Amino acid sequence: MKIPQLHIPDGFINAPVSILFLVISAFFVFLALRGAKNQLDEKVAPLAGLAAVFIFAMQMINFPVAAGTSGHLIGGALAAILIGPWAGVLAVTVVLIVQALVFADGGLTAIGLNVFIMAVLATLGAWYIFRLLQKIFPKNRIGFLSATAIASYLSVPISAIGFTLQFALGGTAAITLDKVLIAMVGVHSVIGIGEAIITVLTISAVLSVRKDLVYGASNLKLSLVN
Amino acid sequence: MTTKKIVLIGLAISIFIASMLSFYASANPDGLEFVAEQVGFLNTAKDSAVSGSPLADYALIGQENERFSVGIAGIVGVILTAVISFGLFTFLKKR
Repeated sequence: MKIPQLHIPDGFINAPVSILFLVISAFFVFLALRGAKNQLDEKVAPLAGLAAVFIFAMQMINFPVAAGTSGHLIGGALAAILIGPWAGVLAVTVVLIVQALVFADGGLTAIGLNVFIMAVLATLGAWYIFRLLQKIFPKNRIGFLSATAIASYLSVPISAIGFTLQFALGGTAAITLDKVLIAMVGVHSVIGIGEAIITVLTISAVLSVRKDLVYGASNLKLSLVN
Repeated sequence: MTTKKIVLIGLAISIFIASMLSFYASANPDGLEFVAEQVGFLNTAKDSAVSGSPLADYALIGQENERFSVGIAGIVGVILTAVISFGLFTFLKKR
């Protein structure tokens, strides 16, 4: 038993592009620090702390997927829907920094790359898809959880596309992009199913005990939820 | 249920997952690593500057007992993440 490397290591992407994404990620973290202030109150703040811890723990249990590979939770969608998008960006960022510094998982020079695809792209991407679906789906528990499932599922291939973009800009290996894109999106389209299952189960559990704590459920009618 | 109770239950679940369940995680390469190997750029990966850290790769350095090794890594990770995240979000919340 050995937990595999979960994130982008040093070396995959060249230094200039790694620095570019460090700057971009730092900008989004700055926006998140400002934005989260308005989304966090006495009620949500402790849950936001818990979200980061839970995501760290869940990322330790890679689940097997077909053909000798494995996947793990990203947690961006879970965090966005549970504690709000900006707090969500921060929660996933905290996890990625701890993993890179203490567990040597995700390269130190790759930290901006990892934060961008998982803390920024997956979290905000899932949030906007979730919000869009909420407008279309019925305003009840089924509609809410369906939006959660689809948004969290899609956040995984979205991250995979994000990596492919980084690889296109600064990949150190001379490999045709379509190969990387097809392989990344293919594998992560399967891994997304695990992301959706874990996210729906977790959100659904919190929804059952305290609907008012779920940030993304604030517009749900009480009577229909319980 | 009070928020405090939910947070405590959530922390207990997280510690259980990180310290016990983590031992049963799939050791198959992660999606990215798998693709890197299949497509042929895994060899461009370099060791992290902190790859010699006592908890690198979620294992306690020099510890033969894998169950104990990953369990300690999980507990330390949960505690560190908790300290940083609860600290950050408490600092950020509206006063």
